Amino acid sequence: MHPAPSVIIFTSLSGLGFGLFAWLGLGIPDVYGWSSFAVFFIAYALSVGGLLASVFHLANKKNVIYSFSQWRTSWLSREGVMAVITLLTFAPFAIGRIFLGIDLAIFGYVGSILALITVFVTSMIYTQLKAVPRWNMPLTPVLFLLYAVSGGALMTGEQRVAGFLIAILTLVQIAAWVLGDARFTGSGTDKGSATGLGGLGKVRVFESAHTSRNYILDEMVHVIGRRHATKLRTIAALTIGLFPVVLLLMLPVGHVTSLTALASHIVGVFISRWLFFAEAEHVVGLYYSRG
Amino acid sequence: MTQLPAQSKKKLGLVIDLDTCVGCHGCVTSCKGWNTQNYGEPLSDIDAYGADPSGTFLNRVFSYEVEAPNKPAQTVHFPKSCLHCEDAPCVTVCPTGASYKREEDGIVLVNEDRCMGCGLCAWACPYGARELDFMSGIMKKCTLCVDRIYNENIPEEDRVPACVRTCPSNARHFGDLGDPDSDVSKLVAERGGIDLMPEQGTKPVNKYLPPRLKDTLDSAPPKPLESVSEEPKGWLGWLDRALEALPGSNGKAEDK
Amino acid sequence: MTRPEKIQINTSPPVSDEIRKTTCYMCACRCGINVHMKGGEVVYIEGNRDHPVNKGVLCGKGSSGLMQHLAPSRLRAPLKRVGPRGAGEFEKISWDEAYDIAAGWLAPIREKDPKRLAFFTGRDQSQSFTSWWAQAFGTPNYAAHGGFCSVNMAAGGIYTMGGAFWEFGQPDWDRTRMFVLFGVAEDHDSNPIKMGIGKVKANGGKIVGVNPIRSGYNAVADEWVGITPGTDGLFILSLIHELFRSGKVDLDYLRRYTNAGFLVDEDPQSPQQGLFLRDKDGKPLVIDQATGKAVAFDKPGALANLAASKKTGKITHRTVFQLMAERYLSDEYAPEAVAERCGLTPTRIRNLAAEFARVAFEEEIVLDRPWTDWKGEKHDKMIGRPISFHAMRGISAHSNGFQTARALHVLQILLGSVEVPGGFRFKPPYPKPPEAHPKPHAGAQPGKPLDGPHLGYPLGPEHLLMDEDGTPKRIDKAFSWENPLSAHGLMHMVISNAHAGDPYKIDTLFMYMANMAWNSTMNTSEVIRMLTDKDENGDYVIPHIIYSDAYSSETVAYADLILPDTTYLERHDCISLLDRPICEAEAAADSIRWPVVEPDRDVRGFQTALIQLGAKLGLPGMVNEDGTAKYADYADYIQNHERRPGVGPLAGWRGTDGDKSGRGEPNPNQLEKYIENGGFWIGHIPEEAQFYKPWNKAYQDWAVEIGLFDAPAPYVFNLYVEPLRKMQLAAEGQGDIQPPDHLRERIKRTMDPLPIWYEPFEDTNVDVNEFPVHALTQRPMHMYHSWGTQNAWLRQITGKNYLYLPTKIWESGGFKEGDYARVTSAHGSIVVPVALHAALNEHTVWTWNAIGKRKGAWALDEDAPEATEGFLLNHLIHELQPPKGDGMRWANSDPVTGQAAWFDLRVKIEKADPKPAESQPSLPPIKSPVGKGPKNVARKI
Repeated sequence: MHPAPSVIIFTSLSGLGFGLFAWLGLGIPDVYGWSSFAVFFIAYALSVGGLLASVFHLANKKNVIYSFSQWRTSWLSREGVMAVITLLTFAPFAIGRIFLGIDLAIFGYVGSILALITVFVTSMIYTQLKAVPRWNMPLTPVLFLLYAVSGGALMTGEQRVAGFLIAILTLVQIAAWVLGDARFTGSGTDKGSATGLGGLGKVRVFESAHTSRNYILDEMVHVIGRRHATKLRTIAALTIGLFPVVLLLMLPVGHVTSLTALASHIVGVFISRWLFFAEAEHVVGLYYSRG
Repeated sequence: MTQLPAQSKKKLGLVIDLDTCVGCHGCVTSCKGWNTQNYGEPLSDIDAYGADPSGTFLNRVFSYEVEAPNKPAQTVHFPKSCLHCEDAPCVTVCPTGASYKREEDGIVLVNEDRCMGCGLCAWACPYGARELDFMSGIMKKCTLCVDRIYNENIPEEDRVPACVRTCPSNARHFGDLGDPDSDVSKLVAERGGIDLMPEQGTKPVNKYLPPRLKDTLDSAPPKPLESVSEEPKGWLGWLDRALEALPGSNGKAEDK
Repeated sequence: MTRPEKIQINTSPPVSDEIRKTTCYMCACRCGINVHMKGGEVVYIEGNRDHPVNKGVLCGKGSSGLMQHLAPSRLRAPLKRVGPRGAGEFEKISWDEAYDIAAGWLAPIREKDPKRLAFFTGRDQSQSFTSWWAQAFGTPNYAAHGGFCSVNMAAGGIYTMGGAFWEFGQPDWDRTRMFVLFGVAEDHDSNPIKMGIGKVKANGGKIVGVNPIRSGYNAVADEWVGITPGTDGLFILSLIHELFRSGKVDLDYLRRYTNAGFLVDEDPQSPQQGLFLRDKDGKPLVIDQATGKAVAFDKPGALANLAASKKTGKITHRTVFQLMAERYLSDEYAPEAVAERCGLTPTRIRNLAAEFARVAFEEEIVLDRPWTDWKGEKHDKMIGRPISFHAMRGISAHSNGFQTARALHVLQILLGSVEVPGGFRFKPPYPKPPEAHPKPHAGAQPGKPLDGPHLGYPLGPEHLLMDEDGTPKRIDKAFSWENPLSAHGLMHMVISNAHAGDPYKIDTLFMYMANMAWNSTMNTSEVIRMLTDKDENGDYVIPHIIYSDAYSSETVAYADLILPDTTYLERHDCISLLDRPICEAEAAADSIRWPVVEPDRDVRGFQTALIQLGAKLGLPGMVNEDGTAKYADYADYIQNHERRPGVGPLAGWRGTDGDKSGRGEPNPNQLEKYIENGGFWIGHIPEEAQFYKPWNKAYQDWAVEIGLFDAPAPYVFNLYVEPLRKMQLAAEGQGDIQPPDHLRERIKRTMDPLPIWYEPFEDTNVDVNEFPVHALTQRPMHMYHSWGTQNAWLRQITGKNYLYLPTKIWESGGFKEGDYARVTSAHGSIVVPVALHAALNEHTVWTWNAIGKRKGAWALDEDAPEATEGFLLNHLIHELQPPKGDGMRWANSDPVTGQAAWFDLRVKIEKADPKPAESQPSLPPIKSPVGKGPKNVARKI
């Protein structure tokens, strides 16, 4: 799939934002006033920023309002709805903490659950797609949730917890890569089933339907070199996980450690999210690929 | 609403004969022509005369080769457009309600007044049947010429999709695949019509008729030709006899 | 939110304000089209259901016609060259000035030496008109593009049976059980063949494709015969061997309808040796089966005894059929002997022969349809052999193509499947034997029209066009000993001969719709050099070039004067019975084009320009007695011109009241009638006249009635072609008109009166070990005969081409996806992108032709893939073969007809490492006279 900056930024930032919310709703960190303003500002900025980034992915923005309408069937619609509900639910909680110095805990607890649901719903936008076998597996939501809560933990300064979660995340991410690599073959979809000609012999593309580009090729037939991918996976594993984990678990607790780990982690999140899209093979590629 | 109808009243769709399609692209450009002037936004062409052209088409023809041991390789032309799936994933993923499947005939359409161009429906479609138009930002797809098949402004015999009307080799058939007695259903039954990517669970309405068995002359040869004679002289003798045996050869040409 | 069942869409929108019915011109099929108009503009084009050619369907080209009509590469006004030739620098001028310039060159030529004008048209469809113009001008140097297209097939067919394929005839699609396609891939007769294939398939019939390349029609063939290029003739003669061996030939058909029973003079001392024995009236003799007497072949009641012979003195004269048996029963043609050379197995050849025979004789069709033959014999049935053939350039464009085409026509005849139910059927005005065609003429005199039609069918050396000293009279050397039966001329030789001044120099080269500076020529780079070459005085060697085209093609840059043509929707045309009509096997038909929209540019239909230029030059037939123009434009000509009294360009609605068909005086409302009827006229052939046309009395009478002939002209098919033997006799030293010595052996060898096969010339002239691979081209179905690269829709489908390599070459050369190859012939070298094609003869590579474009042409961006990756194979093909041992260079043409031997090409292939940035050669850009096209297009009205 085409690794469009808008979707990478959207999923990365909103994941971190709602991950942070999940912790904030539990009262972690347990701050009020300006400190509270700062953390809620970050959480809102990340989640709303992510959502805004996603709007840049839309080719016909004027109809965006309708995207809240199809929550009964559409994970993308649900994502919009859940995000708004979550953000609204956190409003009284945040206002209470920032301006009134009170803890409307019930909004926080509900908000935390909603934040995690939002992240889950976001992940389901991708997980649901049978046409992209790499995404279409139970590990995808787990991964999204882990990214959210570990990034969130890191931002809340829960250094040891974050370190622990990031360690798990790193293992799950590696597992997702490995399992993901087998998904396409495992899906049972191949050139034979795509063309219905498999029974006659080995199918290969003789001539594509068009020598020019088109939307399908641009959007869904992104090919990334295996060597390149391996290199990026290594860098991603180091920056999301290994390096932060070492910092967070080995070094004493402190802002510098946390911030360094966070910076590394965020770089890693972007790289892994780029890979999440770039490495995802859409079955439509079978109609085009000469291999 | 992007809920799929439990069961559409009809299942209008196409049957595409891979044994007959010669790959002329007639269906491709007649579709492009019709749908540029009709349903919704025109199908645009970006950098139309430039170095990197890229346009919207709702129907495209691929060419594949199939290789099997001890047989010559086979070439198959393969037209592909929306299959109007019964379980259309492109419909249910749509957040705005733009994508829908009509209850009355099963046609999958995009309501262009709702589409926000997010592209998720195209991601959900395993077949590459939807193309986002780069100029209008609207998702375009085969409408099964919904503005032809019921159109009272055109002669009744023309009320078929443009691709079907134009197909020179009769490789495209249109009808109700929900009616087992329709011509298309019978054709599918007779020729063993198949679904594309059945494992994707989309239950396509459009069916493909596989190529008939080819290049069988050597494995199932006809009765060999026997020599009328081994000797040249004998051959002339055969010719004499054969001519004698023809009607009218004894001066009776007029009274045969 | 709205529920889906509530969404209101208009399923009955108005489609257009009006439908205008005219004729497609995206190729030479000439399908009927419905042009939908909105607000006076063209919005949509679909097939016309009533039209005899396409019955409503339309191919990828036709359905893209709108984008051809709107192409930004359309020329906008007459142009005068202001820069050097080839630079593309022009100045817009008025039509009056354009005519003044043209007349300024042409009038003195006509006055002094008309042959100094060479007038050649490409793919246009008005040859009866353009030839009439050239005849009135008086130059012998006129032809269309048949010489580099498919003259072998046409001439082979005319000489054998009075017609070939495509415009000449078609399979009996409704009844045929087996359709055998030779050497046609994507091109020629496109929609009718597609429709026919659909019908054959629907009826459960089989399709056999004989072609090195399995694409297009061959992809749907039930049996694919992946033959090695240039060996089709050998394969066919082997099939004939099998049919003779097993006696599976239609003897009754042969003795009645062919010259199989003609007696051949076998006296080695006779100056007539090899010609037919004749009676005192000059009629060929046969031995009557019943009486054993030698009688004229057309004697009522007589039936030729094919096994008979006639003795004169010690000499026994046998029949054609026995000579054939003697030749084709030879082991030389046995499947075992030829299979390897053909790239096939003996089993495959034997099985195909058996299958052909089985279908022809065991699936016989009998129609209860009485008819009467030319001798007056009544038949109560029509017997059909439901196997039919079609072939085109693939077998034709070889130096052995004429004899190969002959062999194929003979094969059909032996099976008794021509003009019978289920077989191949002629379309009016065919059948028409060589005798019924004109003879070629080249009698040019200052200020006078030519002494007769330029092109025709010589019946002997006496009809060749040479001066006393043997110098060819025509610039292309057509109808000379180099290629005696060049019935369509040799367009591919015109520029090189004119440049070389051989046989003489010319003053003005006038071309229409022929991209001779690019894909319509052999040896493209060299032709470009010839067009721009200057003599010692600094003048161009070809002094003046006038070119007419509707689009900014590559050739435009090389002309001095451009006459801009219209698009096909803006013009008048007639697809005439005098020319290449659109008839069906059961009907005569013709059609028109008419301006469904007026041009928005200062352009004129080429034929109108020619009429107006002709009037300005005062050409006979184009001016009245007072010197005023006889016709205002082409439409006027179409309606009012009479070729013979009562016979004009269009056959429908003749007579002042429009109630006559075929013959009748001009009708001032004829075009209106055509428009009312959807742009065409059709006259059905009576049922009893629909088969056996050459011998069917009812058909002959009908043909006379509608003006195809002036008297019935029945004839028999020529298994043995006597005019060829006459040429051979001359080469053997008989007669006054003698070929030059260096051609004698070749004429003797190649002009055999019975079909033969010989190695393509390139195979014997180049080292086949050094150049082991055959290289072919074909046009993609969606671009065939059209100028598709400028079409915004079609260029997205095929905007670049690859050289397709078979698996064996792909693997042995270590090729990978994205590689380039250096392809070298004895003549030149190119470096081009490659791709794998498994369904391909293992000794063959191929590519789509004419996808590659010159930078700056066709209003495309200079970086367009057509110009950077696209390529032409033409650079590898020379119009001459490499020098032989004696230093002589033979033309790269068929020695009988002069057809360009495009497909003889042999090459070697090696991986290009490193790969170039662009396909090579990459010629410098030319300046576009029309600028560039718009960036984005989304036109909805």
